[in-house]
Amino acid sequence: MAFLKLSNISKLFGSAVAVEGFNLDVAKGEFVSFLGPSGCGKTTTLRMIAGFEYPTTGEIILDGKDITNMAPNQRDVGMVFQAYALFPNLTIGQNIGFGLEVRKRPVEEIKDRVDKMLSLVHLEKHKDKYPYQLSGGQQQRIALARALAISPRVLLLDEPLSALDAKIRVELRLEIRRIQQELGITTVYVTHDQEEALLISDRVVVMSQGHMEQVGTPSEIYNYPSTEFVAQFVGQLNLLPVEKLDKKAGTCVVGGQTIKFENSSSRVISSNPRLAIRPEELQIGSGKGRNALKGEVESVLFLGSVVRMRVKVGENVLMADLFNERGLTLPRKGDDVVISFPEESCWII
Amino acid sequence: MAETMKKRSFWSWLWIILGVLYFILPLYSTFDFSLRAKKGVLSLVSYTNVFKDPSFWKTIEFSLIIGIFTIIVSIILVAPTAYWIRLRLPQLRGMVEFISMLPFVVPAIVLVFGAIRAFSGAPFYLTNTFFGTYVLLVAMYVVLALPFVYRAIDTGLAAIDVRALTEAAQSLGASWSTILFKVIFPNLRVAIINSAFLTLATVIGEYTIASFLVGIKAFGPYMSLIGQNRTYESSSLAIISFLMTWGFMGLIQIFNRGKVDSSSLAGAR
Repeated sequence: MAFLKLSNISKLFGSAVAVEGFNLDVAKGEFVSFLGPSGCGKTTTLRMIAGFEYPTTGEIILDGKDITNMAPNQRDVGMVFQAYALFPNLTIGQNIGFGLEVRKRPVEEIKDRVDKMLSLVHLEKHKDKYPYQLSGGQQQRIALARALAISPRVLLLDEPLSALDAKIRVELRLEIRRIQQELGITTVYVTHDQEEALLISDRVVVMSQGHMEQVGTPSEIYNYPSTEFVAQFVGQLNLLPVEKLDKKAGTCVVGGQTIKFENSSSRVISSNPRLAIRPEELQIGSGKGRNALKGEVESVLFLGSVVRMRVKVGENVLMADLFNERGLTLPRKGDDVVISFPEESCWII
Repeated sequence: MAETMKKRSFWSWLWIILGVLYFILPLYSTFDFSLRAKKGVLSLVSYTNVFKDPSFWKTIEFSLIIGIFTIIVSIILVAPTAYWIRLRLPQLRGMVEFISMLPFVVPAIVLVFGAIRAFSGAPFYLTNTFFGTYVLLVAMYVVLALPFVYRAIDTGLAAIDVRALTEAAQSLGASWSTILFKVIFPNLRVAIINSAFLTLATVIGEYTIASFLVGIKAFGPYMSLIGQNRTYESSSLAIISFLMTWGFMGLIQIFNRGKVDSSSLAGAR
């Protein structure tokens, strides 16, 4: 049975549809991320779980109890905000203990819990400081500790790393995952950063224009995108127009060259079929049993661990990502190359 | 280049000096005049006379008490309203700002005549008793102070993320009263103090409304009466009144300095 259940949730702001037909079951202790571009409804859905917005239709069940129309301060849900939202007039210790003080817990219990939470986020020395005396990353750790201090049934995080610089973001997302696993707390995380969502989640919900596009594990989402939107939004994707498509045989023609593709009946094919291949699936040079396309190198971009090539095949341009190795001989602009890929790595959208 | 800078510097200083003279000269003249109560010598006689006058202390006390009640009522009325508008009704901000500016546009004489007409008969017989008149006086001053109080508190609210703080407190289980008294108002401390001093400065020197409602019980009408009868004392009262206003402004600066210090630290992350 789902610990958190969202059934047929929709939300209208006037006549504008923010969320529509949203169904999701989250198991106890699971880490689920809502991933999508701005305005896709991910934050609105999270705010409905928190109680800051009420659904137009549908219901939200938490631990077997209907919380759809419950006030936010009755839900027992912890929330971490993008803007930290620490109380500027309170010290770090008072911020963390705020929720327990509201619950009128004994002073000793509050003190112990605050110390425990500070140690969980490794900021024990900052208890008596004020929020403005901490860095952005430290403030967000405190916001996390504050949300966890009340032992919420669900932890909600609304783009908590967006305001931080890249290095801190990378550190803190691993920290969030560590703490979540340590406490085994059910977590819903909102982000527009696909790398973040894939890295820390048990499951990812990809959303677009108020709709749920796909729900799955990070590898399912990346390797088996069920819609064109998911395929394009999560990771890089080459899309090539095809001719002579034979779904049964699993073949098509691209730029005059015959290609075999993965022929799975579960794949949804749009009215405008195109061949989809991830850039990292492509190799320079032909190989036995692999599809091959001839083309001309248009540009070579050095990105550090990866070298990205743009190869012109007929009228289309393909992106190919090669892992950088010392001594790697790279083709130059204008060189003729053969790029190859296995049939399991490409599919028709 | 250097010559242009010199020219610019000359004009800057000229305008500053002219500006300072415009404000300082009348004040200095008033101060100088207030010291000439005794023929041929500079003395503080007029000040001593003012301080010896029991009416001075009575009117100051009365205006201070009315000022304090005005501050309390204004803040109770404006702070939650401004907070709610920022949180839930941001589309009404323009309208409320316009309304808060009306006391600048409507002359005090019109306000007080309107109030006397409205509250001298049924169903509100406020002007029939002293207490009722004081209540009306405070209510009038609340209206008069509205532009200062609303502006100051709204600026204070703009400096904090009202929505995020409210939602954070809600998610931690706080009720509305806890949110207001433990999260929002403590963060508006400086704004509330600013608005309080501005209100006090306005109330202490106000003449029109006070003279129509309570006469020379208030400090403003008392100053006017002294001005009609005692030449030197009226100048010393003007200086005392200025000093009080500056004192309040100085206190605002002191409280604001604390705020600037903490915000600059916050910026240095």
